[in-house]
Amino acid sequence: MADAQISPRNIPDRLEGRGARLLKSWEALLVVVAAVIFLGNSLASPYFLDPWNLSDATFNFTEKAMIAFAMALVIISGEIDLSVASIIALASTAMGYAVQFGFDTPALVAIGLGVGLLCGLVNGVLITGLDLPSIVVTIGTMSLFRGLSFVVLGDQAFTGYPESFAWFGQGYVWWVFSFEFTLFVVLAVIYGVLLHRTNFGRAVYAIGNNQTAALFSGVRVPRVKFTLFLLTGLLAGLASVCLTSRLGSTRPSIALGWELEVVTMVVLGGVSILGGSGTIPGIVLAALIMGMVTFGFGLLNVPGIVMSIFIGLLLISVIALPILWQRARRRPVH
Amino acid sequence: MAKLLKNREILLVVAIAVLLAIIALRFPAFVAPSNLARVYNDTSILVILALGQMAVILTRCIDLSMAANLALCGMVAAMLNNFFPGLPIPLIIFAAMALGGFLGAINGTLVWKLNIPPIVVTLGTLTIYRGLIFVLTNGKWINAHEMSDPFKALPRLVVAGMPVLSWLSFLMIALMFLVIGRTPLGRAFYAVGGNPHAAVYTGIDVGRTRFFAYCLSGTLAGLSGYLWVSRYAVAYVDIAAGFELDIIAACVIGGISIAGGIGSVAGAVLGALFLGVIKNALPVIDISPFAQLAISGTVIIIAVAVNARAERRKGRVILKKAEAV
Repeated sequence: MADAQISPRNIPDRLEGRGARLLKSWEALLVVVAAVIFLGNSLASPYFLDPWNLSDATFNFTEKAMIAFAMALVIISGEIDLSVASIIALASTAMGYAVQFGFDTPALVAIGLGVGLLCGLVNGVLITGLDLPSIVVTIGTMSLFRGLSFVVLGDQAFTGYPESFAWFGQGYVWWVFSFEFTLFVVLAVIYGVLLHRTNFGRAVYAIGNNQTAALFSGVRVPRVKFTLFLLTGLLAGLASVCLTSRLGSTRPSIALGWELEVVTMVVLGGVSILGGSGTIPGIVLAALIMGMVTFGFGLLNVPGIVMSIFIGLLLISVIALPILWQRARRRPVH
Repeated sequence: MAKLLKNREILLVVAIAVLLAIIALRFPAFVAPSNLARVYNDTSILVILALGQMAVILTRCIDLSMAANLALCGMVAAMLNNFFPGLPIPLIIFAAMALGGFLGAINGTLVWKLNIPPIVVTLGTLTIYRGLIFVLTNGKWINAHEMSDPFKALPRLVVAGMPVLSWLSFLMIALMFLVIGRTPLGRAFYAVGGNPHAAVYTGIDVGRTRFFAYCLSGTLAGLSGYLWVSRYAVAYVDIAAGFELDIIAACVIGGISIAGGIGSVAGAVLGALFLGVIKNALPVIDISPFAQLAISGTVIIIAVAVNARAERRKGRVILKKAEAV
């Protein structure tokens, strides 16, 4: 992995004011991008500004954003979890399996969340308990979890979810605000407080910046990391409940490739893939941007796989542009 | 003897032998030489890909885009054959390898010049390369009847008792032995992965070495693209989807450390063969092919755990020796 370049020369004499820093921040750039895309969409299609259409558009990102909050903390702490999409598949399969035995909605939700938590536990134990690299472990569990759904389902699908179960993915809390969107807002607040206002959040940053230093300053590194993987599993389970409820069926290929979109969302939100920096408001903005782009492409009838090219390009350019920008700015100094 | 048992390659040979013995108890026909040759031939493409992935992992990087690269090159090879049926096959293979090398070079450049973490680069290019196939074909398939006979026949052609596909994989293994063991570039792979800072001080350009590793993996993916499409006689957007996991699994099982700097050609080949034997044995012992993904996942996790333990023990032994001196 690339090493960050820190030299005494780069430390400024005096820090910029709060306002100037805010204006130059990644989040400010995201706000501008979001505004431009919003304007572009509303000019391109007369149907875009309808409140119900906008409400529909939120389903493009709410489930992914739920996982993105958890993934952001994992990446800030310097690890990665590539198994999230497979956790969705396994949790969904477990819920579909339970339906065959006549379990009702509360039990199904508990099973979905429980399986997610269990998958997170497996990742956490392997990574922090056995001290293995998270990227390989989660590549392994990624095939294991989805593999298990294939073992259960083969080429079949589970359907027949109870009617009340549909509320999580299709219900509305108030007016145009769906349950999923409300959950997204609530989770954003919870995660914002957790990361930016608690000791736990500080510990996550500390681990991502320098794990050894964090250990020596009394941060329980393995325990924090373990909690992060557990939370990621739980939120993937939650996303699975919402997605399954919205689709009303389970196939083993459910949420295929979502790990990429979640990582893209997190990186677009300004989280450094090397760990140590990033904010929750950034993730919220990135989720809105990706949702609007997908929705806009949808209005223009662009097929999903072409959208994925765009997401891939977005992922690379979002990381490459700041590097090129910094290089261009730094060059005259030398 | 103890040393021999700690040798990962020998352990793997033993593991494969035990696996074969267990299968042979119920199904003796599985270990007949002709069937084993068939199993090897079926695993050849994985062997070639694992060799490329090994070079990349040795330099402390990872190439998740290999399967997508394979699919794109395979599709381009099939399209070339479809549009220009008269085009000589070696030229098509060369074109596939060149395109693969170019796609690998894109990965390498992003890693080298922009210092973007390899996992992000190849996750991105994975979707881009596969998306390009759709853009290129509009989702259409190229089927067996749209390919020329020589195009399909080459990998199957039997020379000296073995299909060309197997021979090609032998050739690649031999070439990799030479590159890894007998060239400055091969040694640089280990140096860069083992300790990038030390590598810089010995005069090795870390980024450039990684760039070449990606070119190598890309070229091998391009070759595999032709082999895959001609062997299965069909090309479409989703060929070899998810195969990148099998390739990485083969490397991890073969003892190539994901932290870079540790691994051997024999390890990569044996790791691929281990997976190949499991894959071919599943239908024989009547386990649903749907179980294969779960089994690969389990094997990856076990292999990583075993590798990590082995590496840690090695570290301690060196320290003890130093203390004794």
